[in-house]
Amino acid sequence: MLTKNEKLLEVNNIEVVYNHVILVLKGVSLSLSKGSIVALLGGNGAGKTTTLKAISNLLHSERGEVTKGSITYRNEKIEKLNPSELVKSGVIQVMEGRHCFEHLTVEENLLTGAYTRTDGNKNIINDLEMVYNYFPRLKQRRKSQAGYTSGGEQQMCAIGRALMSKPETVLLDEPSMGLAPQLVEEIFEIVKKLNEKEGVSFLLAEQNTNVALRFAHFGYILESGRVVMDGPAEQLRENPDVKEFYLGLSGDKRKSYRDGRSYRRRKRWLN
Amino acid sequence: MSADFLYTIEVIINGLMAGVLYSLVALGFVLIFKASGIFNYAQGVMALFAALTLVGLQEGRVPFAHLINAMFGTKIHHFDWSLPALLAIILTVLIMILFAILVEKLILKHLVNQEPIILFMATIGLAYFMEGFGDLMWGSDVKTLNVGIPQGGSFWFEDFTIGWAAEGEKFYGMYVDLLDVWAAIIAISLVLVLTIFSQYTKSGRALRAVADDHQAALSVGISLRVIWVLVWSISGFVALVAGMMWGAKSGVQFSLSLIALKALPVLMLGGFTSIPGAIVGGLIIGAGEKLFEFFMGPLIGGATENWFAYVLALLFLVFRPQGLFGEKIIERV
Repeated sequence: MLTKNEKLLEVNNIEVVYNHVILVLKGVSLSLSKGSIVALLGGNGAGKTTTLKAISNLLHSERGEVTKGSITYRNEKIEKLNPSELVKSGVIQVMEGRHCFEHLTVEENLLTGAYTRTDGNKNIINDLEMVYNYFPRLKQRRKSQAGYTSGGEQQMCAIGRALMSKPETVLLDEPSMGLAPQLVEEIFEIVKKLNEKEGVSFLLAEQNTNVALRFAHFGYILESGRVVMDGPAEQLRENPDVKEFYLGLSGDKRKSYRDGRSYRRRKRWLN
Repeated sequence: MSADFLYTIEVIINGLMAGVLYSLVALGFVLIFKASGIFNYAQGVMALFAALTLVGLQEGRVPFAHLINAMFGTKIHHFDWSLPALLAIILTVLIMILFAILVEKLILKHLVNQEPIILFMATIGLAYFMEGFGDLMWGSDVKTLNVGIPQGGSFWFEDFTIGWAAEGEKFYGMYVDLLDVWAAIIAISLVLVLTIFSQYTKSGRALRAVADDHQAALSVGISLRVIWVLVWSISGFVALVAGMMWGAKSGVQFSLSLIALKALPVLMLGGFTSIPGAIVGGLIIGAGEKLFEFFMGPLIGGATENWFAYVLALLFLVFRPQGLFGEKIIERV
């Protein structure tokens, strides 16, 4: 067993190429220690989703491929595992945009999460109750088709479904997408609770830097396929560049576009 | 009861029986469509291939006999044994499973996450390949299939119903073909088993999950390859049953693969994604086309059976595009 704070997941300098030509990740390294929440931040097209998919091995079905670097989980290489083997070893991804099974009921959706488990029906039913405890709303809607539930409920359903696989690590891709701020808060609270009570580690890709940095322990900022900054969440929150470029705060005074200083600074920062 | 009324009932019964045979073919389509969103153009050819293989094995024909004879100047046709029907059926099932594995390995594996139209075109290619391959393997002559299913009219039913007519009416009892009765029994049990499988088992749930969202299914650890082999095996089995029934009825020959065309209106009526829908759609089409022919045929010159089903399907497409039992097209606003 790994104790807390030991490295679970390590990504070393990976490069990802789509369709043999499009270079999306240009050397990304990060690590996730047991029992922590790590945020992966950055704008559209920065490579957050690709990083997560590289880890969960869902790249292959999108004609993407890790061409350099290595990914290890508990010190074992996982690049060659297929998604099903990976889920069995405790890593599961919640995809961006929920991806619930529309025509299955909420409960059936949750049960598909337990597809790879072999520890018997009784444990699975127990875990179903556990999921319903964290997401009481899902219990109310358990018999309705997932396609007819609200966006928030679908996000909960997707997270609950991942939990049903008894994961050690959840790769959570953009949980805030398309949700009302209040719901985003609710979902992040539950993520935090799961992290504290069930000991699930989270690697979290988010555009909503503000919320993500409040709940995460550590953060990486990605720009155009590279990690441009990393550090503990509080430190990133206080960093003036992060404040300006990602949190939309720029000190006390309003700035004029005319001075152009910040634009040049950002440009330098990205190269 | 008047004789006219009894004739009508006879027509309905025979229509329903014929409909069950359509359903058997439609069932294979539904299974693959449900699990992978692929409209499998090759379903009819699969039925033909399965029936050819069954006959070939049962009669002890030498596979690729023509090819071997042409290459080596030999004159072989049959082995000097023939297999009992049950053994031949089991072997054919195994061959259909092998076929499913090959389809997954050679075609589907390389087309994960592609547009449905691309997969559809792949099945067109598969259909033509199978057609030629079946010919090459077993020869293109018309074969008779006899797996021991009773055929011909039921005298018992005729005697049973003959007394129903009112005194003095001309009525000779109802005619039902025993083969049709067997087909109905087999089809209904198949539907029951498949429905239970898809609704209440873990694999069935996974199968429906794959149908909804390939990527999400992958992400929770469902292996697409296992599901696809499973579903193509099952639909291969269904194709075998359909090929067996149709083959016993009208001989095993190329035209068997065209029964797939008859399954299309059934699918539109019952819904592409519903197993019970395939049966109900088949029954409606079967009974509908026979009744229409019976009542309207004489008025408009007959031969309505050729087109009635398609017109009915067209009407359905306009008013209820998902069919009677198909999954609702979920649109949230």
